[in-house]
Amino acid sequence: MRKPLPAWVDISIMPLINIAAAFVVAGIIIALIGENPFTALAVMIKGAFVYKGALGYTLYYTTNFIFTGLAVAVAFHAMLFNIGGEGQAMIGGLGIGFIVLSLDPILPPLLVILLAIPVAAIFGAIWGVIPGWLQARRGSHIVITTIMFNFIASSIMVWLLAGMLMAPGQMSPETRHFADGVSLMQIHHIGNALGWPMARSPLNLSFVIALIAAVAVWVLIWRTRLGYIIRATGHSEKAVIYAGHDPARIIMIVMAISGGLAGLMALNEILGVQERVILNFTSGYGFTGIAVALMGRNHPFGIVLASLLFGALYQGGAELDFEFQTITREMVLMIQGLIILFSGALALMFVPAAERIYGKLASADRSSDTRKGEQNG
Amino acid sequence: MAELWLQFVLTIDATLRVATPLILCAMAGIFSERSGIIDISLEGKMLLSAFTAASVAALYGSPFLALGCAVIVSMLFSLLHGFACITHRGNQVISGLAINILASGLTVTVGIAIFAQGGQTPFLMSEQRFSAITLPFAETARHIPVFGTIYAEVISGHNLLVWIALLSVVITGYVLFRTTFGLRLRAVGEKPEAVDTAGISVTLMRYQAVLIAGFLCGIAGAYLSIAHGAGFVREMTAGKGYIALAAMIFGHWRPVPALLACLMFGFLEAIAARLQGVEVPFLGPMPTDLILVLPYVLTVILLAGFIGRAVPPRSIGQPYIKER
Repeated sequence: MRKPLPAWVDISIMPLINIAAAFVVAGIIIALIGENPFTALAVMIKGAFVYKGALGYTLYYTTNFIFTGLAVAVAFHAMLFNIGGEGQAMIGGLGIGFIVLSLDPILPPLLVILLAIPVAAIFGAIWGVIPGWLQARRGSHIVITTIMFNFIASSIMVWLLAGMLMAPGQMSPETRHFADGVSLMQIHHIGNALGWPMARSPLNLSFVIALIAAVAVWVLIWRTRLGYIIRATGHSEKAVIYAGHDPARIIMIVMAISGGLAGLMALNEILGVQERVILNFTSGYGFTGIAVALMGRNHPFGIVLASLLFGALYQGGAELDFEFQTITREMVLMIQGLIILFSGALALMFVPAAERIYGKLASADRSSDTRKGEQNG
Repeated sequence: MAELWLQFVLTIDATLRVATPLILCAMAGIFSERSGIIDISLEGKMLLSAFTAASVAALYGSPFLALGCAVIVSMLFSLLHGFACITHRGNQVISGLAINILASGLTVTVGIAIFAQGGQTPFLMSEQRFSAITLPFAETARHIPVFGTIYAEVISGHNLLVWIALLSVVITGYVLFRTTFGLRLRAVGEKPEAVDTAGISVTLMRYQAVLIAGFLCGIAGAYLSIAHGAGFVREMTAGKGYIALAAMIFGHWRPVPALLACLMFGFLEAIAARLQGVEVPFLGPMPTDLILVLPYVLTVILLAGFIGRAVPPRSIGQPYIKER
């Protein structure tokens, strides 16, 4: 007998089943290539957590995914599908570039950093709010517009970085180095200063900002009026209009928040690690955010967990390059695709079977209960 | 003057070469979306089939076998898309995205496993590829002014797949607007309940549509790696699938306008390639990046209704739930 799944099964067991399915398929592909999937898994786990400094790298990747995952999730709550995280992050990085390159000769580093953080969010927000406006007021489909905006952002980056922003006297498309001290402090420096020796890693203060953002999103969505209206917009636009709100305005606000979160991802890469604006620093993290949001069920806590998993996959995947001749970090891209497939597009595939199993277990429980009751009586 | 004319004719020739995969993918998109299934996985299917074609051609040497395998692989991924979106009513955009990302990872992973060349396939010899077909009298005609140059440069000298792409537009138009199948397919994208009431399976219609889309994407991919190019390079589709999607929207989900949009986008790309490094008075080097981004910008403007209105099929993106 089929029984609807209780909430706890739906949010804990079902995602695990979907991820497991993705890993099983990935394992089969690795086996077909002629490698041992379990050895590959061991290499990845070691690479992600065990080696010196590995955890720092894992958390550094995690930071990117928390930002882009939250960005996708906030939009999802209003039933908007923001595929534009990639472009929004690029433009966020561009914003950091503008502010730092123009102010770092005159202002103290700390002030420049404090200005750069909101500017990253604002630039990302602008790149998110335009598709939002186009959807809300002009009726264009947000999926298509955000896809196009990714390409437009990428062209703008190429044009500016190979043109007016290119550092004088060099050939690669990137800006000059930021002034000394204009960067987010790396965690191992802080650790060493406090007397905890840590291995070098690119993990920096933006990880802390990411965690704060996760809490802020949780508060926004579940503890504020605006969050309530956002979720209501996702469920029924008519109800929102009836309650006296303008859904078009809500859509634009949501897309601004979503774009802003994606823009903050640039903090980690540009202000935390590169200390200059380079081309393609987003490397697909914006798209990974979609997988993260799907896996994390659009809840900040789930997103942090999913980001950690993807951080480990990326860092562990880099390790594959060293250990194997035939499998490389592109394997991670494949796993990512499979995760999006199973926990996104095929999310409902295992539900009927799970309901059947749960129904059996539940009725078995009940019958044993009644039997106990009979014995007692 | 004669030099300028020749330059122009060569650009038109390049336009056709660049537009070929766009045309095939745009027709694929039309079939899928007209039936109500959003297909942003044109890109991924094209990438997978480009890889398959190049691998099979490198291993077995036959371009026709390679084309066949490319088409089959592309159709298998169409089936996956259909399985997720039609059978399991999954989100069509998410499914398409998954296929695109999967394609990026899978092509390089399998490529390294087979050829150990960093994700590329070996360089293909001319007998492993679809080579240019020189039409009769092309060389003699070259000396005839105007028409001769056009005949020799633009019409002659294309490979088989370019002709197939052009033919696909005619066939798409015929199938969609002159056959019962086409009528049903369009109806399924507009009002699936009506089709269902008439006793026709919505599921079956949609599966057929996505399979046709896969078939066409497969040809497009094979064109990239074994006709236009001579081997597979990682990420070789480079957003062409999305440009095709834009062209399809630009052409209002109709074959001939979509063809024109593909040619326009192809022309932009061809002209950008020609103008690379050309100095413009007062501006410095030609901003070719800005020409290349025009298809995306124009599509955004069109979708926003500033130049005409693009109205998608009404039931697009909505899984059909049969009432019981």
